[in-house]
Amino acid sequence: MDALDFFPEAASTQATSTDFILFVLIGFTGIVVLSVLSLLVIFSIRFRRHSAVRRDDPPEWMKRDLEIGWSSAGLFLALFLAWWTSATELSALIAPKNALEIHVVAKQWMWKVQHQNGAREINVLHVPVDEPVRLIMTSQDVIHSFFVPEFRVKQDVLPGRDSRTWFQATKTGTFHLFCTQLCGTEHARMTGEVVVMSGPDFAHWLTSQPVSDDLTREGEALFRSLGCSGCHDAASRVQAPALAGFFGSEVRLANGTSVTGSDELLRDIVLHPREHSVAGYPSVMPSYAGIVGDEELLRISRYIHSLSPSPEGKQP
Amino acid sequence: MSGATILVRPLTPVPESGNYLTAGRTIWSWLTSTDHKRIAILYAISITVFFFIGAAAIAVIRFELLTPTGQYISDDTYNKLFTLHGVVMVWFFLIPSIPNTFGNFLLPLMIGAPDVAFPRLNLFSWYLNIAGGLFTLYAVIAGGVDTGWTFYTPFSTMFSNSHVLAAAAGVFVAGFSSIATGVNFIATIHMLRTEGMSWMRLPLFVWSLYATSLVLILATPVLAVTLLLIVAERWLGLPIFDPAHGGDPLLFQHLFWFYSHPAVYIMILPAMGVVTEVITCFARRRVFGYDFMVYALVAIAGIGFFVWGHHMFVSGQSPYASLVFSFLSFVVAVPSAIKVFNWTATLYRGSVSFEAPMLYALGFIGLFAIGGSTGLFLASIPVDIQVHDTYFVIAHFHYIMVGGSVSAFFAALHYWWPKITGKLYDEAWARFAAILMFFGFNFTFFPQFVLGYLGNPRRYHVYPPQFQVFHVMSSTGASVLAAAYLLPPIYLIWSMRWGRAAGDNPWGATGLEWRTSSPPPLHNFLNPPKVEQQPYAYHPEGRGPVPGSRTPYRTQDQPS
Repeated sequence: MDALDFFPEAASTQATSTDFILFVLIGFTGIVVLSVLSLLVIFSIRFRRHSAVRRDDPPEWMKRDLEIGWSSAGLFLALFLAWWTSATELSALIAPKNALEIHVVAKQWMWKVQHQNGAREINVLHVPVDEPVRLIMTSQDVIHSFFVPEFRVKQDVLPGRDSRTWFQATKTGTFHLFCTQLCGTEHARMTGEVVVMSGPDFAHWLTSQPVSDDLTREGEALFRSLGCSGCHDAASRVQAPALAGFFGSEVRLANGTSVTGSDELLRDIVLHPREHSVAGYPSVMPSYAGIVGDEELLRISRYIHSLSPSPEGKQP
Repeated sequence: MSGATILVRPLTPVPESGNYLTAGRTIWSWLTSTDHKRIAILYAISITVFFFIGAAAIAVIRFELLTPTGQYISDDTYNKLFTLHGVVMVWFFLIPSIPNTFGNFLLPLMIGAPDVAFPRLNLFSWYLNIAGGLFTLYAVIAGGVDTGWTFYTPFSTMFSNSHVLAAAAGVFVAGFSSIATGVNFIATIHMLRTEGMSWMRLPLFVWSLYATSLVLILATPVLAVTLLLIVAERWLGLPIFDPAHGGDPLLFQHLFWFYSHPAVYIMILPAMGVVTEVITCFARRRVFGYDFMVYALVAIAGIGFFVWGHHMFVSGQSPYASLVFSFLSFVVAVPSAIKVFNWTATLYRGSVSFEAPMLYALGFIGLFAIGGSTGLFLASIPVDIQVHDTYFVIAHFHYIMVGGSVSAFFAALHYWWPKITGKLYDEAWARFAAILMFFGFNFTFFPQFVLGYLGNPRRYHVYPPQFQVFHVMSSTGASVLAAAYLLPPIYLIWSMRWGRAAGDNPWGATGLEWRTSSPPPLHNFLNPPKVEQQPYAYHPEGRGPVPGSRTPYRTQDQPS
């Protein structure tokens, strides 16, 4: 049997900063709670019913000043802690630009992972150490939540939208992956593991996976089989917006608003084309709601990314 | 005026007709009574039944969690049991617990009124609560509900194959019981205060009921609407939360927590009121900073409406919204801290004795301090990301709701039992139960803080073996806690038959409720009392209490 663990291993950059905040909070609240509870015990004993001690009133000014004093001290402590923890949180909000992107699809009751080169795994996520990893996650049914305690990372995974989180592992090894949002009967069994490998090991592992088509090529196949290419292909003669350079570009809609090309916009257009019809084009696209699932959308998105001539478009 | 004690003379000698308990002896006379005291007893009986139903469900769970593999019950049964525990404990025990029993019984007595403002509405609210409870029990008997008490969509509307509609209907109906009670209390406090009972002379328990009632009537309608939307989507198929048809599952969480966070204050504010009454009585000292105690109650009730987003830090809500909710959640801790400081300061230069109600109240302060300060951990986004939906959260809110509210419920039960029944319980047993409850509680829930930071998610039927030691500690503690909960019903019922007569004012307290007979007559006071005093004149201003004395300096109806 292992030694008794009272504290989880810290295996990511976030883990170290979260633990630091935890210790500061334990320090502050510990001092306040222990001193108040000590006073409670001391007063209870010292002023117990039959003890012979002074019991006259403390002066009025002292009562008022104490009350104002600890009220404002409490408020300042609260404001300081709120500012300090929020500042830490803000700096960790955005994933680094060069983060490795991995797609995760959650469903009752499993985690499906797909890497850039098309390698897939279920309930296991292999990642390289010391490299930022960005997860783009979606759910096929209910809300799930992706939680790796050793990384201090948790993010709910919702149906119908992309949920993102990122982490940078600092230790190699195998860590727990839990679903933390009640998702049905086998919620407690929707677990897995995150395997952190050294960079070379990860590269070797990735290339030795049975190679299925990569995401872009699968996306291209879907683009043709679903009929998108009939109108949106560069060679098509139907009047429809060209998709090269879609991501990051400004798109003017027929309703007068102007939006930026993104995965969210792509999803909105594919599922609800009439509400998002592009200015200058006839509103003839049919809705693909119920036909195109989240996993297909991911692949189509990859394909459209690959059409973009600029290098940023290839690696969003 | 001299500080010599005035001989306490009861305002209202026991009338020939007897008291509220003897005013009618048939079951029918109880079920049709509009007397606030009898309705309080009806509530006391119904919430006790629900408490033990909820407790039985969790007893099975704690037994199952002794081992990591989940060998005794199925995954499905496990999910249904914790849902039952949550729904019953929140809506049919905690929400009505202190307000509807002690609030109902004491509010008119404490402000010198013959009854609440709307006695029939009061009885109707009990029937609503029972109707809601029966819907919920039907859902259980028909096969159970597996969504958790939080009913998160789209699981509850599109995927769960359990009896969500019946449970939602039960909670919906019970919600109207809450609203009726809130309206009744607010009207009573505004309209029926006796002569001289100005706002800043109200006992703090009455102030806490006022703040609670505000939350009840402002928050509960949102719950009702939310449950109707669940019914609309699940039963009628209207797309509201389903993203496949343009709905938004996060909308549900916003609506749900807009009610359910203030609901925590519905549970804790009356508990704070109870503890204030008990601490000041057994410290024989005026409440330290009465004004600040009032402002703190109102501030908690107000700010409590703007912190719901701290339940959603990992949900995918805007990170900027999360920052605002984090900030406000730190701020809402301040008035609670002020109350803890003031209770502690009330003991200073007091004459403290340790009867059972005082032990429960002191236990409340300790457990509430731990529960409240761990709330700061949950307000801080990075730490919350780690502990959200883990056992840390379970430990935190049980420290507030069980360590806090339930301890205060027992403090109130022991403090006002002599008034309610006219009998004294066995003090030694009561003290033993109080101490056992305190230790059993910590034994059960403290390990869960560690378990949560380690990463054990909540609502897990099976768990990795390295967490087992903490689950075993917790389950062992829970059996101690269960024993502590079983003791009071035994010695309290015993006291009803064999207990000594309590007298009108066994604790030497100052409030108007102690100035009528025990048990009180049907209409509370034979002559309406006139208030002359601040509520807690346990000692003369400027001089402290007389050591060892149990006689109050002035009750609220005596001039200074």
